[in-house]
Amino acid sequence: MQVTRRQFFKLSAATLGGSTLTALGFSPREALAEVRTFKLTRTTETRNTCPYCSVACGLILYSLGDKAKNAKSEIIHIEGDPDHPVSRGSLCPKGAGLLGFVHSETRVTFPEYRAPGTRKWKRVTWDFALERIAKLMKEDRDRHFVAKNDKGQTVNRWPTIGFLAASASSNETGYLTHKVLRSLGIVALDNQARV
Amino acid sequence: MALQSLDIVRRSATTTPSPQQRQTTEVAKLIDVTKCIGCKACQSACMEWNDLREEVGINEGSYTNPHDLTANSWTLMRFAETEENGTLEWLIRKDGCMHCADPGCLKACPSPGAIIQYANGIVDFHEENCIGCGYCIAGCPFDIPRLSEKDSKVYKCTLCSDRVAVGLEPACIKACPTQALVFGSKEDMIEHANERIADLKERGFENAGLYDPPGVGGTHVMYVLHHADKPELYNDLPKDPVISPTVGLWKGIFKPLATAAIFFTALAGFFHYVTVGPNETEEEDEEKKP
Repeated sequence: MQVTRRQFFKLSAATLGGSTLTALGFSPREALAEVRTFKLTRTTETRNTCPYCSVACGLILYSLGDKAKNAKSEIIHIEGDPDHPVSRGSLCPKGAGLLGFVHSETRVTFPEYRAPGTRKWKRVTWDFALERIAKLMKEDRDRHFVAKNDKGQTVNRWPTIGFLAASASSNETGYLTHKVLRSLGIVALDNQARV
Repeated sequence: MALQSLDIVRRSATTTPSPQQRQTTEVAKLIDVTKCIGCKACQSACMEWNDLREEVGINEGSYTNPHDLTANSWTLMRFAETEENGTLEWLIRKDGCMHCADPGCLKACPSPGAIIQYANGIVDFHEENCIGCGYCIAGCPFDIPRLSEKDSKVYKCTLCSDRVAVGLEPACIKACPTQALVFGSKEDMIEHANERIADLKERGFENAGLYDPPGVGGTHVMYVLHHADKPELYNDLPKDPVISPTVGLWKGIFKPLATAAIFFTALAGFFHYVTVGPNETEEEDEEKKP
């Protein structure tokens, strides 16, 4: 670009004038400022219990949408339930990061079966899984059930099987779990309280 | 939302005064370092609420993870091991923006409306107005703002201004399982802190105290420390933080002077043009041209 001496002075003067106007506060841009919009305004709140440990902290799951027929719900945020008597809204780092757990790609959402002697897991139906578990349980119970002990007292024990229950379930669920399993004679009952 | 704009008391690089008629409660976060167990629930909750995810890093021999604040980690548990009173002490401090009453970042920022201070004390960054110059980083006495490599804009803790605006506590406060983090009006938090300090002194921490540094006009994030006389024990928490004198010099004295200098130069130029007039070339000069 060829600039004569005179053009150079004009250009300099224009630049100086422009920057002076800006410096004196004639800036063309408006300074707008507002807080970020609250992201949970019309989400659906659902109460739940943290699945990790036996403290069983209360959770609120916030899901997208208002449950309208045509809207597909999706959990977008999880935080503590302030009305929960145990945790009163607080959570540990695992609980506070539960959203990643819910949407985890490695989360198991269907039953899988690995037949004896094979290496591959294969997707099966819930019917197949429940039927197979029931059959094996029945077989084992028929073989090992102890109705009476050495002294001839009725004990009704099934000592060859254990059951891993949920420590984070409610009183009612715990009561039912207990009743069902004890009625089968299961002695070894445990949960993930020490996870 | 327009109503909330009323509650802004200061905006960066803006000379027109903000509306200040309404009086809102000053809020504060109190971090009781003596109750913290370093579980990082606050870190986790912060990322969840603000839709941030940190990259998986590597262990460098400390529980501090990530190793420093980043554009994705607005709060960070800093772990320090010291020997005080003849025993090993594990001091865990939740680091993050202190929300100073006199914010150095805001003073240093040259972009209008990129940094604002609300009447409740929160200092917020509005990244859409950020030009990524990094002056706020130099202006911050606590070394908090972090420049993002992704978009060249600066990020830091907002004290969950979006939650506080609708009457909720910040996400980190809600998650904390040991009540090491509490939130409320600044007045109430100071009262709560004083109860804690009295208790700590009874337990033998003679120098227990509140960290609310007057050098930055007080902060809206305060600490209860067992060794308030030696804040540098807690991973170099500054003992008496002040805004860098360069920021004060540049923005306080130099800026109006320079503006005046430019103005008077332009004025002098105008008067010179009126009184003396433009420099005319004479024909003799033109002829001399090679």
